Amino acid sequence: MTPASRSVSQDAIFRTLADPTRRGLFERLCRDGEQTVGALTEGAGISQPAVSKHLAILKQAGLVHDRHEGRQTHYRADPGALRPLVDWTREMTEFWRGRFDALEELLNRMDQ
Amino acid sequence: MSEPEGEALSVAMEREFPFPPERIWRALTQPHLLEEWLMKTDFRPDVGQAFSFSAEWGSVRGEVLDAEPHRSLSYTWGDDHLRSIVTWTLTPTRGGTLLRMEQTGFRRDQPRYFMGAKAGWPRFFDNLEQLLAKIA
Repeated sequence: MTPASRSVSQDAIFRTLADPTRRGLFERLCRDGEQTVGALTEGAGISQPAVSKHLAILKQAGLVHDRHEGRQTHYRADPGALRPLVDWTREMTEFWRGRFDALEELLNRMDQ
Repeated sequence: MSEPEGEALSVAMEREFPFPPERIWRALTQPHLLEEWLMKTDFRPDVGQAFSFSAEWGSVRGEVLDAEPHRSLSYTWGDDHLRSIVTWTLTPTRGGTLLRMEQTGFRRDQPRYFMGAKAGWPRFFDNLEQLLAKIA
C-alpha cells in the first residue's frame, strides 16, 4: 500500500469529523449509546433540523446508523467505521519503514 | 529501529545512523538524493516553499513549514482533502545521529492545517484513541 491509495472512505471520515459539531454528536453517541434526535438536540446548542443535517452527514460516512420507531428516529454510533483511520496509520507505517531502509542504504553509499 | 507509540492518526519512526547529522540532512533535502530513497521531487528546504513528490503510484504535494539545518525539518504532505505534517528531527548521538520521523494526520498543536478544525481535537483524540484501541 502507498499513501496515494488512501481510500475514499478515509477521506470521507476525515472530512466528516473535521466539523466540531459532528464530532461532538459522534462522541456523545459513542459514550451514551443510542439516542433520539430530540435527546441529541438537547445540549447541542443548535436547532433540531441542524442536528438532523449533521446526523445525515455522519450516516453517509457510515459513522452512525439510524432506526425508525414510530415518529422517532434513533441514532447509534458505529465505532467500527473508524477502522479506515487505523488503516491509514498502518499504511503509512509500512510506507515509512520501506523509506527508512532505502535511506539507510543511500547513506551507506553517499560520499562524505 | 523502534516505533514509539504515537497519538491516534500519527506515525512515528526512529532509527540511529552511524553518520553525522550533516550527511543525513543532505539526504533529506537535496532533490537528487531524495529521489534515491523517497521520491522524485523539486524540494528545497526554504520555509514557505511549495514542492511535490512524485512516484509511479501518484504524487504528494507539500509546503515547507520549518527548516533548521542539520536539526529539524517539517513540511505538509497531502492532497486536496487531507494534509498531514511530516517532521524530521536529527539528534546527534555518540555514534552518529538519531533520526526521528513523525507524521501526524491531525496535530494537536497545529490545527489550522486541517480544514478549519478548531478546539476540541485534543479531547476528541483522547477518546478516539480508546475507541481505536478497541477495534484495532
